[in-house]
Amino acid sequence: MEWLSDFGAIAVMQGFNGLSVFCVLLLMALGLAIIFGQMGVINMAHGEFLTVGAYTTYVISTLTLHYVPAMQPYYFFFAIIASFFIAGALGWLVEWAMISKLYHRPLDTLLATWGLSLVMQQAFRSIFGAREVGAEMPEWIMGSWNPTDAIDIPKNGLFVMGLTVLCTATIFIMLYRSRWGLHVRATMQNRVMSRAVGINTKKVDRMTFALGCGVAGVAGAAFTTIGSTGPTAGSLYIVDTFLTVVFGGAASLVGTIASAFTIAQAQSIMEFFLSGSMAKVLTLSAVILILMLRPQGLFSIKVRK
Amino acid sequence: MESRLTGATRHLPRRLALGAAAISLLAASVFGQMAQADDANTTGLAVTDTTVTVGQLHSATGTMAISETGSIQAERLAIDQINASGGILGRQIKVVQEDGASDWPTFAEKAKKLLESDKVAAVFGCWTSASRKAVLPIFEKDNGLLYYPTFYEGLEQSKNVIYTGQEATQQILASLDWIAKEKGAKTFYLLGSDYIWPRTSMKIARKHIENVLGGKVVGEEYYPLGNTQFGSLTNKIKLKKPDVVFAAVVGGSNVAFYKQLKAAGITSDKQTLLTISVTEDEMLGIGGENMKGFYSSMKYFQTLDNPNNKKFVEEFKAKYGKDSVIGDVTQAGYLGPWLWKAAVEKAGSFDVDKVVAASPGIELTTAPEGYVKVHENHHLWSKARIAEIQADGTFKVVHESELIEPNPFPKGYQ
Amino acid sequence: MKNAYENLLGGKQGAIGLLVLAALILVVFPLALDTFRLNMVGKYLTYAFVAVGLVLCWGYGGILSLGQGIFFGVGGYCMAMFLKLEASDPESTKIQSTPGIPDFMDWNQLTELPMMWQPFHSFGFTLVAVVAVPALLALIIGIAMFKRRVGDVYFSIVTQAIAAILTILIIGQQGLTGGVNGITDLKTLLGWDIRDNSAKVVLYFVNAFLLLGCILVGRFVLTSKLGRLLMAMRDKEERVRFSGYDVASFKIFVFCLAAAFSAIGGAMFALQVGFMSPSFVGIVPSIEMVIFAAVGGRMSLLGAVYGTLLVSFGKTYFSESFPELWLYLMGGLFIVVVMYFPNGIAGLWESHGRKWIARFPLGKQLFGVPPPKVRVFAAKPPAASPARELETAP
Repeated sequence: MEWLSDFGAIAVMQGFNGLSVFCVLLLMALGLAIIFGQMGVINMAHGEFLTVGAYTTYVISTLTLHYVPAMQPYYFFFAIIASFFIAGALGWLVEWAMISKLYHRPLDTLLATWGLSLVMQQAFRSIFGAREVGAEMPEWIMGSWNPTDAIDIPKNGLFVMGLTVLCTATIFIMLYRSRWGLHVRATMQNRVMSRAVGINTKKVDRMTFALGCGVAGVAGAAFTTIGSTGPTAGSLYIVDTFLTVVFGGAASLVGTIASAFTIAQAQSIMEFFLSGSMAKVLTLSAVILILMLRPQGLFSIKVRK
Repeated sequence: MESRLTGATRHLPRRLALGAAAISLLAASVFGQMAQADDANTTGLAVTDTTVTVGQLHSATGTMAISETGSIQAERLAIDQINASGGILGRQIKVVQEDGASDWPTFAEKAKKLLESDKVAAVFGCWTSASRKAVLPIFEKDNGLLYYPTFYEGLEQSKNVIYTGQEATQQILASLDWIAKEKGAKTFYLLGSDYIWPRTSMKIARKHIENVLGGKVVGEEYYPLGNTQFGSLTNKIKLKKPDVVFAAVVGGSNVAFYKQLKAAGITSDKQTLLTISVTEDEMLGIGGENMKGFYSSMKYFQTLDNPNNKKFVEEFKAKYGKDSVIGDVTQAGYLGPWLWKAAVEKAGSFDVDKVVAASPGIELTTAPEGYVKVHENHHLWSKARIAEIQADGTFKVVHESELIEPNPFPKGYQ
Repeated sequence: MKNAYENLLGGKQGAIGLLVLAALILVVFPLALDTFRLNMVGKYLTYAFVAVGLVLCWGYGGILSLGQGIFFGVGGYCMAMFLKLEASDPESTKIQSTPGIPDFMDWNQLTELPMMWQPFHSFGFTLVAVVAVPALLALIIGIAMFKRRVGDVYFSIVTQAIAAILTILIIGQQGLTGGVNGITDLKTLLGWDIRDNSAKVVLYFVNAFLLLGCILVGRFVLTSKLGRLLMAMRDKEERVRFSGYDVASFKIFVFCLAAAFSAIGGAMFALQVGFMSPSFVGIVPSIEMVIFAAVGGRMSLLGAVYGTLLVSFGKTYFSESFPELWLYLMGGLFIVVVMYFPNGIAGLWESHGRKWIARFPLGKQLFGVPPPKVRVFAAKPPAASPARELETAP
């Protein structure tokens, strides 16, 4: 009997784990989905914007600890907001200096942003050193929540989950319920026509890119609760993130959510029954296989060609 | 074919021509330098009446720079100290430092340069097994001498390498014995990053647990390098309820792993965990609060309480800043130049064959880790130490073994 | 004869370009550099195979593969497996528990040679496998992707993911592949010590001739009808399809060819460097090879070689002299080249170098002729034309 309740507890926790992997993946992919999906720009430096957010959090945590230790339990909210704006501002700059000149050459943005990611990684290394650093976490985000004796739900997982829901909802509202979103969607579907009806597509592009990078920054801040921060931390996620977006069908936010959910659950379940390495290989292969059978991804917007 | 290019570059300012010229100048200077390197060729090693040249070959850039910086610093410190105390056989040591850039062919290339162009008398370097494997054939062919500082999987013994870190059995067996006895552990969960060192270490651990300790391995698995999602793993640990989790997770994964263990409620009051991959260096990223009460097995900890170590830590911090930390490999790197000095002085020559012949039996009583001695098989006799991790990220040594004989090819463990 | 001259050498201009390159790698380098540096250049030149392949499939075909490391790696592994078997004869491995198998297998408790390794006892099989296995792999990927009309960007990302998977697999299957350390300590080729200085020189020349051979094959393909179709496809895929051509097959062919080139490079790499490891298979090396082609000029087979040499030299030089700076430089170079010089060195040569050299009498005679005739398909970077932008909008 005890065995059975144990088993139930594990099942609950494993289910939660799947959800939490899903949220992490979604949070990473959101920014990319906006940039790649809506603008068709392949931002290989996406991972580095994530790292910008993580380092911002680290710096703010260190400063807080140093100057206003009393604020330590609350600094994290401030860090998330700061991460968003710093990464966003950086994205705005990058769009202005680089991306805007390459819109008609999508494959070239891929290459140029990869160069950017190299530069950014080395910049992190020069500024923060090559070692991994950890932000001092407030006490309330650490440890686990126990609804029953046998169940431990990680608090940081809950936190990331909440943040993901918040971000996703905000983006949904912005894209589908705001004037700006209307412009973005119009620009994505037909740039020339949008310009003709008086939309400033340049401005729309810049804001979209900045928003995507800002969301990456938020993801980076969230990551400090579960992982480490190092110069190359962001680049580890780039393949997973791209696959998530592509698998979901570019240009479809719902698709990105569905694909993050599928990939995360598959990964989490396989990890439980197989070894970690094998689970990863199988998940990625399955995604590629499905992509070969259905190249447009899970969801795709029908556009008359 | 090449003439089909059009347009895009045509309207560039003339200044670009200058740019092109600069590129060709750069190329010319690269070649120039390469040509000069040849002129320095002399027969034998680069030893003059007043100097002897050695090489240092680590990654100063790339992903491994994180780990190798400590070794670079420690080796430099030792060399500076030797020079300050009069050098070796009356000669000052000059260092040629090369960057392996975390790239194995670059390591091979630079090793070849050090041995064939610079004719160095010894090389202190490499960190990962992969880089060592890449340079090994070169050291054997050119008859060079490498001092390798990292604890590693064993299964190797080269005439041209002195291994100053622990091989796997030295690190694993004593610590497993201790934890089995101390905690009455019977069941073990083995896990590591997916590459040769964790896999070989776990293989040895499994044999030891099953054949010697009479325990049981309830899980063994590997995660890709850089993996940051360990949620399923924490659940599996909870399901299997092992007495001991035996971990060899490395790099960025380390931080994620311990943070997630803590978040899942797997803390030292409920679960015993012993790791062979966390030194003071890793601790900086992980944070003591995430590992409080877990155990780490190494041969050296910065907190070791002996006069040699006090002096070493003081000097290291004086040179590299008071916030710098010293991990196991850093200390092993520090031993290299001193062991080489002792061997050269015993041999009375810098000749590699003579130094190699003189090496077995070399003792170092001034080592920060205490007494070490070079074995016939080119590894060091050393002690295994187990430390309990404190909330502030320091290591409190709770157990110290006898001096352990190195055994890179352990019978019954392969 | 005349036809072959035009097709293979590209007329007078092409022939001179090729001669200059041949003179550089066959005469200048061997004379000017010692064996150690020459071996290094040889290693760089193995990357040039990949870059030449990329010019074909990316520059002309518009297919940007971010997974060329897969093919470089597979080719290299095929060769390394053969060499490792030769190095693991029962005599030199007699301290192992199972003599006669590669050392890393012994450490992983394998007691006999796996099936996968058996055929690599034969040198003939190995030579075929070096080219055939990667080409087959490319064929499978190509059929799956192009027959279903997967777009450029998707293709890039999928190839990148495949490179990631392959790396994890190689590292994970360490009993079969040597894991993260790779296959090391390769000694002889059919009894001939490849670590010898004289062997290194011979291998350098073999490598150089193979590279020139690949360039000739590339030229032949590009000057044939196929080459023109490729460019047409890159610029207006739909129109070529509507004209009744099987677009996918052409893409698959050029992708396989690029894969085969990369594989030859990989095999030569294993021979010259003496080991093969998963660090040449993954995402980072794959994308670095794209840099080589981009810097050299994505439209120029010869440029790809110069680009490879220049970037590799730069990497070695800067990482020796200014280790902190080289990633900035590398990244910066990439950004600048992609943004401002999409045609790379070759483009600069066409727009400025040729004019400059024409000031000198001999230079004028050799290089001064303006590009002979405007071919049917001007090789603009595909989307530079406003028409394209209009058309991609539905």
